[in-house]
Order: sequence, then structure tokens, then C-alpha cells
Amino acid sequence: MLLKQISVFAENRRGAIMDITGVLHEAGVNIRAISIADTTDFGVVRLIVDKRKEALAALRANGMTVKETDVVALAVDDTPGAFHAALKALTDSGIMVEYSYGFVSPMGDGATIILKCDDQEKALGCLTAKGFKLLTADDVKF
Amino acid sequence: MTYHMYNREVEAMPREKLRELQSERLCAMVKRVYEKIPMYRARFDSMGLRPEDIRTIDDIAKLPFTYKQDLRDNYPYGLFAVPMEEVVRIHASSGTTGKQTVVGYTANDMKLWGEVMARTIGAGGVTKVDIGHISYGYGLFTGGLGGGLGSETIGCATIPASTGNTRRQVTILQDFKPTFILATPSYALTIAEFLEQNGLTSDELCLKAGFFGAEPWTESMRKEIEKRLNLKAYDIYGLSEVIGPGVAYECECQHGLHVNEDHFYLEIIDPETGEQLPDGTEGEIVFTCMTKEALPLVRYRTRDVGMCMPGECECGRSFVRMVKPAGRTDDMLIIRGVNVFPSQIESVLMDLDGIAPYYQMIVERDGNLDKLTVLVELTEETFTDEVRKLEAMSQKVTEAIHSVLGIAAKVKLVEPKSIERFEGKAKRVIDKRTQVNF
Repeated sequence: MLLKQISVFAENRRGAIMDITGVLHEAGVNIRAISIADTTDFGVVRLIVDKRKEALAALRANGMTVKETDVVALAVDDTPGAFHAALKALTDSGIMVEYSYGFVSPMGDGATIILKCDDQEKALGCLTAKGFKLLTADDVKF
Repeated sequence: MTYHMYNREVEAMPREKLRELQSERLCAMVKRVYEKIPMYRARFDSMGLRPEDIRTIDDIAKLPFTYKQDLRDNYPYGLFAVPMEEVVRIHASSGTTGKQTVVGYTANDMKLWGEVMARTIGAGGVTKVDIGHISYGYGLFTGGLGGGLGSETIGCATIPASTGNTRRQVTILQDFKPTFILATPSYALTIAEFLEQNGLTSDELCLKAGFFGAEPWTESMRKEIEKRLNLKAYDIYGLSEVIGPGVAYECECQHGLHVNEDHFYLEIIDPETGEQLPDGTEGEIVFTCMTKEALPLVRYRTRDVGMCMPGECECGRSFVRMVKPAGRTDDMLIIRGVNVFPSQIESVLMDLDGIAPYYQMIVERDGNLDKLTVLVELTEETFTDEVRKLEAMSQKVTEAIHSVLGIAAKVKLVEPKSIERFEGKAKRVIDKRTQVNF
């Protein structure tokens, strides 16, 4: 099961990210995970949110450039080598990871890793076959 | 096919008859400006030129040029040939540099303006059963009131929508059902964009023709507008000093702009030497307003770059055609010694898939080197969350600009709608260099 990630284009200027979070705040959207890819000229803000449709509508209504991307959300133990095991499984199957970001639950019940691979379906199949736990949209709503 | 003409008798007048009319009108005009306008009297006298020396239209080359600076030096009314009691309308150019250029019209000038603008719109098949939507600014700018005047002269119900508030304009286009529109080409695309963003299509509109001008645009932009708004897009040309819109217009062949030659005499000259150039050679466009009463300019240097097309047009008009101006000599930038017209950048962007035609050129000087940055607006279709694809896109634009212009530019992707649009006219160039004196 792939998860929908929202990406937002942000120019390199003061307040660009705050503009995005401001719109989401107004719309009552909660951010579950965030990662920012930055280049010298612009950035891409990647978000996993609880209310995806509301977030998309609000961002578009504010003239922002958004795109949805399928990503893999993986639940791993918060122990040394857990993420490595998942990456090894993917690499052994010839899958390349394009980007990844993660967060640890403060409740001590493991970590969540977001993965974007060159072949998402294959990645999904590989991780499922190896018994990794994948998260769905319902899991990120909490 | 028969081509539409508002005034067939004049527009398809035999060439010899037209020349006679031009000769007659030029002679009368020369006498008038010599008597009424001190600047011309002084200029003629200093050249030893008498009004009687001008006998036919071919003598026009003997006359002195008029420059934009002359209008500034005689600001505001110094070049008017009639007393103010005969003037019924005043317009002024935006004047981005220096003083505004002030132009005046008598009641006859207004009739003349209505006539030439009616020919312009009529060439696209517009008749009095049509409804016109005028999206040029109403005000000191000649576009709105001039465009509306032409529409009313034909007898069309005319909607003076003016500029701005695209949502309201689209509602008018949907509900009032205008069949033709006058706007800047970039505003036409703004309307198309609005329709698409709001889940509407051109099927909701009744537009069959659009008359676009007031800024340079390209053939690819024409195709884009025609496709997205489902209408036939005509190029129109004019400048306030000559009359406003209505100086030259396209017919249904869409191949060159016919000059309203019974009123405005066109010459193409070498901007360096002032010599007349033959048909088919690019040079500066020069107009003489033979019939205007309030502001009859003699050989006005427009600084627009254009060319006279050789040969006759299929539509049957005898009026000469000029090639759509590539740009204004004013618009032309010299970047690292290379002549660059903003319209060239536009062509590059239009030829690349998925790149919006909204751009802005910023020219700066870094030490002794000119630096060109091109801001290009991103669209939702072109946006991807993969940084390397975005970088590849800006790289593709950089390379295309380099191959067309021969200069390196830094391309910067920016958020949609972040490039300033002024009254529908996109601001294409920001030149931050200080003037270099040679």
C-alpha cells in the first residue's frame, strides 16, 4: 500500500516554508512528516499530512504549485540496523532509493521511514515479501 | 473565398488611385504643419525646404523626421496643429522613461480613428450583429477607448470590460456572450489559464475572433491562444503618436499587417543613415499621419523594427503589408554585445514542451560583464517533486536560450503568477544596468 505525499514548490526566499505551513494551519491540516530538498535556487517541500484533500485544495487555492507522489511508508523498530535491513532488501532486489526521510515516535513504538524508489511497486512487493511492516493512509491519521 | 472588408471601396482601391490620394493628402498636410506648427516651420526653414517643394508622395523623403524627443520637448501641446477648442480628446502614453507623450484628437480625428479601427476589426469578419469585449485598459492608454470606438463604429454592442479582475471578465464572457475580444496577447493567455484552472473550457464562450496587440508576440503564442480559446487570433498594430490601435491590421490570411495607407504613410528606413529601404529589408518603421488634424506627425520614427512585405495579398486589399514588428528598437537589449529581443526568449519557451510563456528577463552588470537572468514560471503540469528533473528543466531552457541567442543566461524557476503583470501587460524586462556612455 503506497502512501500519498504532497510536494510543494518553494522559491528560495525568506518565509517561503512559513507560507506553506500557514496555509495548512488555516485549513486545520496536521503535518505528520516533512522533508525539504534544497538547491541553490529553489526547494521542494515534501509533506505527509493527515487530511490530504483539504491540504491540496488549500495550497492550490493559495496559488501554490503542488504535486502528489506515491511513497512507501515503512515501520521499523527503533534499534540499530533496522533501517539498514530494509535498504539491504531493496538493494538486493536491484531497487534504487531516490530519497528518504524518517522520524521516530516519542512513544517508543518504533520509527517511520518514507521512501521514494525508482520502482515503487517493486519496492512495495519486495518489502512485503520480506515481512516488513508498511503503513497506510489510515496509519498516518492517528 | 471572399474576404471580409469593412470599407471595400477604400481598402481595395487601385494602387494608382491610392498614390494620387496620398500625394494630395501629403501636400495638404505639409502646408498645414508649416503654417501651424512652429517646430516644423523652423525645421523646414533651416533645411531651405518650402511646402511647394512637396508635389507627390515620392517627395516624402525630402521631409525631416520627427522623433519621440520632439514630443517631449514640446510637452504637452506644442505640436498640436489646432487650437484647444477643436480638440475633443487627449490621451497619453505610460511614459516609462521621461515625460508622458501627449496626443490629441479633433472630432474628425475621432471619426478617422473609428474608421481605421472598424477596418481592423471588420477584417476578422466582425459585423454589427457581433458583440465586442474590450479588455484593453480604458483611460489615458489608447487601447481601450480606441478599440471600443472601432467596435461601436461597426455598430457592435460593445462591452468596455477594461483590464483586471479576470474572474469578473470570464463571467462576462460566459453570460454576455461577446463574439470577439480585444486584449493584450498575454492577457488572452491569462483568461485561458483561468478557464483551465476553474474547470471551464472555451466551449463556454462564444468568441470567434480576437484582436491582440500592444505588446510583441510570436507565431507560437498565436497558435497557443487560438487553440486554448478556440478563436482566430489577429495581430493589430498601432501607437498613440500615430493614432493608437488601428494603424495596421491583419486580414483573414494572417500573413502580414495591412497598413491603413490612405491615412498613414509607411516607410522603412535604415535607422543609421535615414535612407529608405526597399521592400523585404528590415529597418525602422516610420509613419506620416497625412490626415490627422490635431497631431499630424511628419515621418515619425517609431523605433519599431519591421519590414514591408513585397507582393500583393490574396485578400484583395491594395494596402501594403508590414511584417509583424520583431520588437521595438527600445525593447532591444544589448547584452554582452549581442542584440536580444524579449520576443526571442518567448519563442524559445513556447517551443519547449510544458514551459509556461511567462518569463522575465533581468539584466545586471557584474563588474564589466552583463549578466542575464531569465525567470520562468513553473506550472502544476511541469512541477515534479524530483529535484533533478526540475534542474534538468532549467538546464534545458538554458541550453535552448544559448543556442538561439548565443549568450549564456541563468534560468531560475519561480512560482506561478509570481511575475508581475501590469494591466494585462507582462513586464518582460528589468534592466538594472546603469547607462553606459560612449
